[in-house]
Amino acid sequence: MKDLSVDKVGMIYELPKGGSVHALHDVSFDLEAGRLLTLLGPSGCGKTTLLNILAGFLAPTSGSVSLGGDPIDGPGQERGMVFQQGALFEWQSVAQNVAFGPRMNRRKKSETKVLVEELLGTVGLQGFGDKAIYELSGGMQQRVALARCLANDPEVMLMDEPLGALDALTREKMQGLVLKLWQETGKSIVLVTHSVEEALYLGDKLFVMAPRPGRIERVYELPFAEVGLHVDPRELKASPEFIEKREELLSLIWEMEEQIMGHEGAVL
Amino acid sequence: MSIDDVDMGEVHTDDVDMEGATAPTVAARSGPGALFRRRRGASARKTVTFGDASEVSGSPPWSVTSLVTLMAVWYLIKMGEEPIVNDRTFPSQRQTLDAFIEFWSDGYRRVSLWDHTYASLNRVLKGLIYGVIVGVPVGFAMGLSNRLRGFFDPIVELLRPVPPLALLPLFIVWFGIGESAKVNLLFFAAVWIMVIAARAGVLGVKGSKVHAAYSLGANKWQILRYVILPNALPDIFTGIRVALGVCWGTLVAAELTGTTTGLGATIFAASKFFRMDIVVVAIIIIGVIGVTMDLIMRLLEARLIPWRGKG
Ligand SMILES: Nc1ncnc2c1ncn2[C@@H]1O[C@H](COP(=O)(O)OP(=O)(O)O)[C@@H](O)[C@H]1O
Ligand SMILES: [Mg+2]
Repeated sequence: MKDLSVDKVGMIYELPKGGSVHALHDVSFDLEAGRLLTLLGPSGCGKTTLLNILAGFLAPTSGSVSLGGDPIDGPGQERGMVFQQGALFEWQSVAQNVAFGPRMNRRKKSETKVLVEELLGTVGLQGFGDKAIYELSGGMQQRVALARCLANDPEVMLMDEPLGALDALTREKMQGLVLKLWQETGKSIVLVTHSVEEALYLGDKLFVMAPRPGRIERVYELPFAEVGLHVDPRELKASPEFIEKREELLSLIWEMEEQIMGHEGAVL
Repeated sequence: MSIDDVDMGEVHTDDVDMEGATAPTVAARSGPGALFRRRRGASARKTVTFGDASEVSGSPPWSVTSLVTLMAVWYLIKMGEEPIVNDRTFPSQRQTLDAFIEFWSDGYRRVSLWDHTYASLNRVLKGLIYGVIVGVPVGFAMGLSNRLRGFFDPIVELLRPVPPLALLPLFIVWFGIGESAKVNLLFFAAVWIMVIAARAGVLGVKGSKVHAAYSLGANKWQILRYVILPNALPDIFTGIRVALGVCWGTLVAAELTGTTTGLGATIFAASKFFRMDIVVVAIIIIGVIGVTMDLIMRLLEARLIPWRGKG
């Protein structure tokens, strides 16, 4: 199990038509193995940028990131990705999608088959292996994405608004699945969301990020994810502690949104 | 890892039910008397359908009507002792049928109908296949590398608008008047279409798919083979269908010189002798083959790329 370390990371996008965007400024944190970190913040505060740097798709303009002491300088399978939607391979069946990672690594077919069956069971899709991706609902597709990510047994799972495109009901159920996977596998997870409730419910650690330049505004250590699977989620989300935190975060984010609006108003 | 719990079981049953809810609408179709009723099933309950793409899927009765109208107009303009259109301009249906029977049994200019058809089909397919073999890799290169994009861009953009017929004199000088000049001309007609289709297919790949594959341990070659290629297949298929049509359209130009076989050559020769009946027969044969091949392509497409448009 490896810790994730982010050291004074800055990211400036140079725009092709001149000018630049300061997407991240001096972001530093350490994430011990096995934590579930949620990133919350208004759109444009650099959540996706940070996740892409962790995944190794982007190199930061300053600072460094490492996993278990090894610097991250490109994509690697110890850091799995789950995207919002549309990242599954629709030309392959459900089982082939899940088997993609092991196949790229030329793992034994018989072993992979067993693994795929097991993972489909884990995400609640047993018996769906032969289905085509486009035959599944949005929620089921995200289950496939989670299973595909798990198939390579990554150290960290990076998720960019994985439940963002789902309807409210499916989303609640999928939150339960994320918690279940986290607790059963003990993997580190970094999950981006712009739902306050989701960030609170899933995160055992939460960063509120702020824009212009993108930075970590506030850090929370939260108790809800730990107990989330053992109590009724609706009850938990209706508890006074949860509501208090939720309102606190909501007003914080509102304030930021106001500032952004004010800023844009001034520009206009 | 424990295999699932009751909660999870419930979740996907729900999901399945939601999917299933759309199914019955398809079943409530046609039946006698429904021939000219276009709006059926659930869509009959829609109050506005103009501009709704899901409502426009064609109408077999109207297609039949269109063919019947075409035949009726053809019949009308050739009706009576003094038809509106004389025989030197356009043959009657009777003459066309006779010409077809003559063509079928005796051939034209001592070459049988089959040999003419085979010669043309052979050239079109060869030109098309070479076009695919060359066009797809070039299109891929243009979609994957800045340098190759830069290199091929002027060539493609300059040559693409050139009508193949304009190149015929050059091709005859370069390749002689034999088969290769003809196939090369058809290749020329097909290749740019394939380049552009393949390039569009590569550029259409979602960044998140490629990123997902990298994170799953794929190398560049595997990305190309298992992500970019399948992702580009629908576009390549469309390209092949378009190129096939264009190749048939270029056939007469390709068979203009140096051969007495082929449907294009037949049309050209027959028109010099004012055998409009033969010309029309050859045109109809080309049309029918074209439609048939497009149908075959569509069936292949449904089998080979069922995910088309569902990403
Ligand atoms: N490739 C890029 N080029 C230029 N600017 C970008 C690029 N990607 C993101 N940005 C900008 O960087 C900021 C942060 O973006 P992003 O990381 O996508 O935020 P979030 O995911 O929190 O919405 C935004 O202002 C966005 O416009
Ligand atoms: Mg984002």
